[in-house]
Amino acid sequence: MTDNTIDQPEDRVPKRVIGTPPPSEAILKEEPAHKPEALLGVKLQDPESARKAERVVALLFAIAFLAGVGFIASYVIFQVGTLEKTSASNFALGGTLTLALLALAAGITTWVRRIMPKYSMIQERHPMASDSETRESVKETFLAGANESGFVKYKLLRRTLLLAAAPLGLAPIVLLRDLGPLPGTKLRHTVWGEPTKNGKPRRLITEGTGQPIRAADFNSPGGILSVVPEGHEHDLNALAKATLILLKFRPEELKSGTNLNWTHDGIVAYSKICTHVGCPAALYEQTTHHILCPCHQSTFDAADGAKVVFGPAARPLPQLPIGIDEEGYLVAKADFNVPVGPSFWERGDAEKEAREKAEKA
Amino acid sequence: MDTPPKAIAGVSTFVDDRLGAGSFLKRNLRKMFPDHWSFLLGEIALYSFVILLLTGTFLTFWFRPTMGEVMYNGAYEPLKGVMMSEAYASALNISFDVRGGLLIRQIHHWAALLFIAGMVVHMLRVFFTGAYRKPRELNWLIGILLLSLALFEGLTGYSLPDDLLSGAGLRITQGVILSIPLIGTYIQFFLFGGEYPGEDIISRFFTLHILLIPGILLALITAHMILMWVQKHTQMPGKGRTERNVVGAPFYPAFMAKAGAYFLFTFGVLALLGTFAQINPIWLFGPYTPADISAGSQPDWYMGFLEGSLRLMPAWEINLFGTSGGTIPLSVLIPALLPLGLIMTGLALYPFLEQWVTGDRREHHIVDRPRNNPHRTSIGISAMTFYGVLWLLGANDEISANFHIGLYETTIFGRVAVFLGPAIAYFVTYRICLGLQRKDAEIVSHGVESGVIKRMPNGEYIEVHTPPADDILAHMRGKKEIPVIESAADREGIPPKGARSLIGRLRAKMSKAYGTDRVPLEEGHGEEHVAVGAGEHKEGH
Ligand code: HEM
Ligand code: FES
Repeated sequence: MTDNTIDQPEDRVPKRVIGTPPPSEAILKEEPAHKPEALLGVKLQDPESARKAERVVALLFAIAFLAGVGFIASYVIFQVGTLEKTSASNFALGGTLTLALLALAAGITTWVRRIMPKYSMIQERHPMASDSETRESVKETFLAGANESGFVKYKLLRRTLLLAAAPLGLAPIVLLRDLGPLPGTKLRHTVWGEPTKNGKPRRLITEGTGQPIRAADFNSPGGILSVVPEGHEHDLNALAKATLILLKFRPEELKSGTNLNWTHDGIVAYSKICTHVGCPAALYEQTTHHILCPCHQSTFDAADGAKVVFGPAARPLPQLPIGIDEEGYLVAKADFNVPVGPSFWERGDAEKEAREKAEKA
Repeated sequence: MDTPPKAIAGVSTFVDDRLGAGSFLKRNLRKMFPDHWSFLLGEIALYSFVILLLTGTFLTFWFRPTMGEVMYNGAYEPLKGVMMSEAYASALNISFDVRGGLLIRQIHHWAALLFIAGMVVHMLRVFFTGAYRKPRELNWLIGILLLSLALFEGLTGYSLPDDLLSGAGLRITQGVILSIPLIGTYIQFFLFGGEYPGEDIISRFFTLHILLIPGILLALITAHMILMWVQKHTQMPGKGRTERNVVGAPFYPAFMAKAGAYFLFTFGVLALLGTFAQINPIWLFGPYTPADISAGSQPDWYMGFLEGSLRLMPAWEINLFGTSGGTIPLSVLIPALLPLGLIMTGLALYPFLEQWVTGDRREHHIVDRPRNNPHRTSIGISAMTFYGVLWLLGANDEISANFHIGLYETTIFGRVAVFLGPAIAYFVTYRICLGLQRKDAEIVSHGVESGVIKRMPNGEYIEVHTPPADDILAHMRGKKEIPVIESAADREGIPPKGARSLIGRLRAKMSKAYGTDRVPLEEGHGEEHVAVGAGEHKEGH
């Protein structure tokens, strides 16, 4: 199917009989048999300009050689470590490598374009389908084989074979079971609801400094802090659900969406984990009281129970009930009353559930 | 040279004696490869993949795919003493303690971007020229699979270094997985080995990233190449080119050398980018923590459209069973799955839908110029516009900041544009295609302007037209009619069988719209029509 229409020399070099001259020393000193001009669609380059091109190619190859040597030299000369040293090494290694590769590429391209002939050769194409005779014969072979094997005739064999394959096919899936534990109700709780080691309420800790927060010190309205739970300052699994933003308001700024019982002296704590897909909602605009999630720009009104004012998040950031301990430090009074973070199938309308519970109580 | 050198002859004889490789080589050494710049796009993707394998293997020698906490004690001063995952620490080590490590890391990342960009542009070429048509549908499907897998490969790779930026991407992935109805929570727990982020995800992604997905990619790419080789490349319409031949340069020596040069060019350009264009400077972001995020972070370009579609979506969520569950977060589920699903499914089905509409079961080896199938081209541009709007919206915060437009206004604009844009694009593209066809028809029948002004005996000035060059003419004449299925009623007024049902009628209607040639080419009428009045040739522009 890929045979050429063009006459091409097919025979390999004839086998030499010992004692006869090799074929290159043609007896009659005539033109070699492989004269390329004989080929259709092959336009040879002008030898003069090809000669000139050779010099260009050679120059490019020489540059590639030097750059390659430069690369190896750079590896030895330039050490890494500091930002400056690494950057110098990167430039030296990268620069020489780039030069070597591009010079080599340019050389070969020049070679192809100015030394190799211009080709416009024709090759025949045949339909992909095999002829009907072949198809017929394959069909016959298939049927013969199927019948010979007895797969069709012996029903019990066929059925038990399929039966045998089924559990083995399932096995790999079963084996994946231990990839992880079952979810249970883990997504509904955070460490804020868990008892602490000493049995006291869990303190709010400033992220980064690791210091607990005295309510009296967090007293300038418009203030904002990123907060992590005491005892889990570096526990990523805990932080992924329990991180808070803490905000200080003047009492008259707070609206009905915020549960005042869960605030302390105008200090409100919301989950920092966006209810859209879980990025930390980290940006705050003091004048509008808007919390903005940088991922997809869900915007929450911090003065009004962090309800959604714009963007794809469908639910407010849950509010954490906070108070102070005997030393005046901010603590969690209970866990969030709804699951934090992104929605999931089992979640349901947890807000409504919480409201109903509150009304009953 | 009249005989092959001894070394080559010896080896060839050895191999041929054992494998009979000679007859394979005889058939294939001079395999023809047609020449057109757009045929090189796929090669960019291919070579980028090879470079990814090379650079990626280098990275694995130092990268440690574990999430255990260590105190960083490497060369990068600002992070000394900071607690971080071993994965992040080792990625920093590759950057600062291994000579050439930063270069290879940056080449790897750039190659990943180019790999996917190369595939996308290559796919667009195949789509707009109709090169996916019979017998090449299988290779088209392989291509779609490759593209989808490459997106996952990029996603898993991006998550490996475990810096703050990569973690943000992972968090979004987790939120999206959670949103899947019924099984989302379970998938999340199984994938992450428990609650997010857990301790397993990096090592699991590592296995996916360096073994499973590249292995499948390699297998599919090989299959892609074999099919291309067996079916031979398509060619543009032109002089001497028919459905029964391939005109081009032989594999050996011309195409081989060109391909080698092209690989080196790709590598060279990636090395250049890796040297001078900083990418993913992980040391600036710090270690991952779910409590923080670096503002203004952008994902890799190929994820931008998902980001945009997440941003566009209004806050819809339903609870099927009220307070007891059945939560479907449409504001996550729709934008995360619908655009990607729509585009990939649409792409996969297109060859078959087109065949169904046109009833065309012929083999096609000469490709279409995009203008000559205006509906296909319009559908393609329309889809690109859809993608493009989502992609732009993935950077709406940058747009808003740079052009001083309100952030929410950009989102609201996007919500409208994502529907309106594709419709406008369809209409405009269709018009442009017809316009270009008209221009071709003009040239075929009247020739091209020669620039020579002639004064007629009656005093009128005209520009002399000359027939276009042979090859250009052949290129234009390569336009092939698009078949239309038979749907006209017969003499008794009964439509053919297939066209009676509702779907049949719809199909007939679509077929007619899709296939009807609005600007048929007229043959030139020889010399006498060559000179045409200036006023006359302006019409139709
Ligand atoms: C085939 C397509 C591939 C794509 C699209 C891809 C993409 C990526 C991306 C975007 C990164 C993040 C790079 C960064 O740190 O800036 C990455 C990291 C990495 N990739 Fe790949 N990759 C591919 C193939 C491979 C292969 C074949 C290997 C290994 C055999 C590999 C090994 C690695 C390793 C070890 C890292 C982490 C090292 C680090 O981030 O410093 N990759 N990949
Ligand atoms: S994660 Fe906050 S808006 Fe998407």
